[in-house]
Amino acid sequence: MTDLTRLSAAELAARLTRKEVSSVEATQAQLDRIAAVDGDIHAFLHVDAEGALATAADIDARRAAGEGLHGLAGVPIAVKDIVATKGMPTTCGSRILDGWIPPYDATITQRIKAAGLPILGKTNMDEFAMGSSTEHSAYGPTRNPWDRTRIPGGSGGGSAAAVAAYEAALAIGTDTGGSIRQPGALTGTVGVKPTYGGVSRYGLVALASSLDQAGPVTRTVLDAALLHELMGGHDPMDSTSIDAPAPLVVSAARRADVKGLRIGIVSELNGGGMGVEGFQPGVMSRFHEAVELLTSAGAEVVEVSLPSLEYALAAYYLVMPSEASSNLARFDAMRYGVRVPPAGADDPSAEQVMASSRDAGFGDEVKRRIIVGTYALSSGYYEAYYGSAQKVRTLLARDFASAFEQVDVLVSPTSPTTAWTLGDKLDDPLSMYLQDVATIPANLAGIPGLSLPVGLAEEDGLPVGLQFLAPQKADDRLYNAAAALEKLLEDKWGGPMLAQAPDLEVAR
Amino acid sequence: MTTETLVPVDDALTRYDPVMGLEIHIELNTATKMFCGCPTEFGAAPNTQVCPVCLALPGALPVVNAKAIESAIRIGLALNCEIAEWCRFARKNYFYPDMPKNFQTSQYDEPIAFDGHVDVEVDGETYRIEIERAHMEEDTGKSLHVGGSTGRIHGADFSLVDYNRAGIPLIEIVTRTIEVPGDKAPAVARAYVSYVRDLIGGLGVSDVRMDQGSLRADVNLSLKPKGSTTLGTRSETKNVNSFRSVERAVRYEISRHAGILDAGGSVLQETRHFHEDTGTTSSGREKSDADDYRYFPEPDLAPVSPSREWVEELRATLPEPPAVRRARLQTDWGFTDLEMRDTIGAGALQVVAETIEAGASPQAARKWWLGEMARRANEQGADLDALGITPLQVAEIQALIDAGRINDKLARSVFDGVIAGEGTPEEVIVGRKLEVVSDDGALGEAVDRAIAGDPDAAQKIRDGKQAAAGALIGAVMKEMRGQADAGRVRELILEKLT
Amino acid sequence: MSEPVKGISRADVSHLAGLARIDLSEAELDHLAAELPAILEHVAVVQQAAGDDVEAMSHPLPVNNVFREDVVVPCLTPEEALAGAPASDQQRFLVPKILGED
Repeated sequence: MTDLTRLSAAELAARLTRKEVSSVEATQAQLDRIAAVDGDIHAFLHVDAEGALATAADIDARRAAGEGLHGLAGVPIAVKDIVATKGMPTTCGSRILDGWIPPYDATITQRIKAAGLPILGKTNMDEFAMGSSTEHSAYGPTRNPWDRTRIPGGSGGGSAAAVAAYEAALAIGTDTGGSIRQPGALTGTVGVKPTYGGVSRYGLVALASSLDQAGPVTRTVLDAALLHELMGGHDPMDSTSIDAPAPLVVSAARRADVKGLRIGIVSELNGGGMGVEGFQPGVMSRFHEAVELLTSAGAEVVEVSLPSLEYALAAYYLVMPSEASSNLARFDAMRYGVRVPPAGADDPSAEQVMASSRDAGFGDEVKRRIIVGTYALSSGYYEAYYGSAQKVRTLLARDFASAFEQVDVLVSPTSPTTAWTLGDKLDDPLSMYLQDVATIPANLAGIPGLSLPVGLAEEDGLPVGLQFLAPQKADDRLYNAAAALEKLLEDKWGGPMLAQAPDLEVAR
Repeated sequence: MTTETLVPVDDALTRYDPVMGLEIHIELNTATKMFCGCPTEFGAAPNTQVCPVCLALPGALPVVNAKAIESAIRIGLALNCEIAEWCRFARKNYFYPDMPKNFQTSQYDEPIAFDGHVDVEVDGETYRIEIERAHMEEDTGKSLHVGGSTGRIHGADFSLVDYNRAGIPLIEIVTRTIEVPGDKAPAVARAYVSYVRDLIGGLGVSDVRMDQGSLRADVNLSLKPKGSTTLGTRSETKNVNSFRSVERAVRYEISRHAGILDAGGSVLQETRHFHEDTGTTSSGREKSDADDYRYFPEPDLAPVSPSREWVEELRATLPEPPAVRRARLQTDWGFTDLEMRDTIGAGALQVVAETIEAGASPQAARKWWLGEMARRANEQGADLDALGITPLQVAEIQALIDAGRINDKLARSVFDGVIAGEGTPEEVIVGRKLEVVSDDGALGEAVDRAIAGDPDAAQKIRDGKQAAAGALIGAVMKEMRGQADAGRVRELILEKLT
Repeated sequence: MSEPVKGISRADVSHLAGLARIDLSEAELDHLAAELPAILEHVAVVQQAAGDDVEAMSHPLPVNNVFREDVVVPCLTPEEALAGAPASDQQRFLVPKILGED
């Protein structure tokens, strides 16, 4: 009998449509898999077996009754714990929201529910999405299914690990500086950050409002496109949502043809510099091989330069904490969240209780970024820091605009290195920040990016990701190019890359 | 509680010139809040008009109310402001428990309206008040302070917060500094706030009720020694809840600042709270470096860029300017210049106009509002529109007088009853048994008794001295406790005696 | 453009923590005071990137005038609104005593 957890979402959806398998069977298979491996991986903060099975049974009944259903109806999904889910805990990986149950659904949650996808549960993340390793979760780290001594990337390590460990075929991620794409690269999965405004942010707990974007986390490019189409499109509840038809990403993923496509390698991300000690050799060799494959399939590859990239990381680490310092002000233990009175204070004031609750409820990384952001916005420093950082975004957008006059898509390694060992960078925030160098430019400029697994680094046998970037609202280009490369690689490997991952010990 | 040395205003003004700035907050009367679709009903049960957006639940996002933008532009135009071609919202970051996001979505250096002016009249002189800006922002929730001995905020054991008001759209109108002759300053401040109330009330975009908080004024004041060009340190007085109090707050602060400066002290830059009961202000909170609001453009909202066509369309919807309206009303009503000036000065223009619209004659409307009502307002320290009697009710009472059912004296009792909440004028008349007696039977008997009781007067009338009827009428009125139709009584007396 | 102060003192961190309403412990203050200068030095390079002629980008997509109609939509029930509150009473959020009116 087929292991249902190994199927792609597209394949499972097809079998569900043909009634060869029921949603209850598929959902139960995922729940069994979660029960078996998640003790080790810790991709989930909350599993809703009952709710998922109820949705599955409902979909099965409606399908049996001949009702017209969404193409992905009945395919189970995992949702990052930063997305508001009515009646299901939403903690953002933070102590301060321990036990908080939203009274409303995010727009993407509504769309998932309306389409009839059973929600398996909520996935682990760095607290409030601040981190690149998922070690900053208040509820313990997620482990990389390829090597459980290593981090899965972050902040969306939970969603990426869940998909890589076959706990779900579909997951929702959010990406402020690479939180979908970098974990995708480090776990050998596909992750897409859509164009800013392409997917509603209503109900995503905000890290940095002008950078955040939700997107799909999957094992195949087509699955990502299917989920992207479900999530995306205009939402009147989000003032920054694009009020135009969404790009046709599913048909682009099916097209998968790079013949004549103009591809630009970003010079500044081609192996070194940028304040990074250098990109890992195994990352670069897999990257270059992938580019050669694209060339052999008829793509025209050139190098293009994005001069302002030099300032991008610095700009990001000002804009993000600045906006975060304001967005996270609402966590004051007055209306919701964990209230922790100051120790030893008799009859403390609201002011004191806010301050002590925020100290007790936030982790070190969150506090660090709030302080940096508060500094960057404070009187006398605003122009020099926040103002200058926003100017860098203008420069970067100009660089991208001129690059996209020459090429259709840009490529770079997604992350300078493969997954590192748990704890390695925890004491060195700056070195952790540098890991985001290739992913943050897309967030600063609002353009879409996709990370595709392109093989294993020879020195450590760990996954390497290649990132495609496209102009705003041209997300379809990413899917076309990535699907083509995915096919070329799988032909070369004789199957998906994840087939090379070690089998996880299954708890019985 | 106050240990300040106060210098009489007249004395203070011999040595100092006041410099004022006025900030007015207008709560718009949109159906929904500034950034979400929650209703804005005044007085609803606590936390029944809240949603994820105005409670600032994690993940919620704002969307701007188009009607609020329209109202803001109309207010800007009415204040003779320029309307921004492009502007943004900004976040004003500070923590306060009744402000759910712990930032206020406001506007900072890009207000929707700027560089306007209005002309106000005091004692026949016109003063131009320059408007620096009018910008959009949102209101906070309301705290109820429980415990402590006074129930006031200090000494409270805890607070209970209702967020129904959180997110209601506000327009803040900020003047440039106002420098007028010191003796006029309090009246000019009051006239300005009253003028803005009439102006914005005329637009129909706000209830502009100071007593309900839909119009709130802050008074900024500093003194500079006569002949000096250096501005003094200013205080910002909040909680000024009536037009009368605007004037009182200016006077009090002039006295207080002068006391400090005379003693060689320096005025603290601080927020002061006005107390209606005593007419004094008390220290709120010192402005300090801690007030670093860390403004930045609101990334969750798109910029606002009203097209010039839209602005012109809205300009065309403006009612006639107040000066034009006042001139027209004066002609329509046949008021003398002095009568008109008194009406405006008493802040009674709107209530008088509404009373006339409801059918009363201009002179009757003016008589009641500037006499009886102004006296009561003064006694209560309230504004005319907060007395608890509406222009429609005043017009109804006047109609009852015109119909002969009550007289002026009884009308005063009807006013009392309506204000005391005893019901409509009709209900008060019934409840208090105030109707004038014009029944000839009852009156006739009373007249007979009066004639019998005062034969001298009766004889004089028989002799043709009709003026003597006054004594007999007085006797009848006394017997009937004022509830007789005096005209009919006179007629009866003359019928019987001539 | 104001010149940012080189380095950041422990007192600065304490002031920032006050603005951000976080009651940092002494150890946290020490730690951040030691850590922040390197981070701030790194990010300060943005000041060299652009001159006064470059617009600051506040929104990645150039959209204007996103409004909704002034139409009432259903609210939360008071029970839903208060469900997550650490404390409530009389259908209101119960919070500790508030200092300093504003």
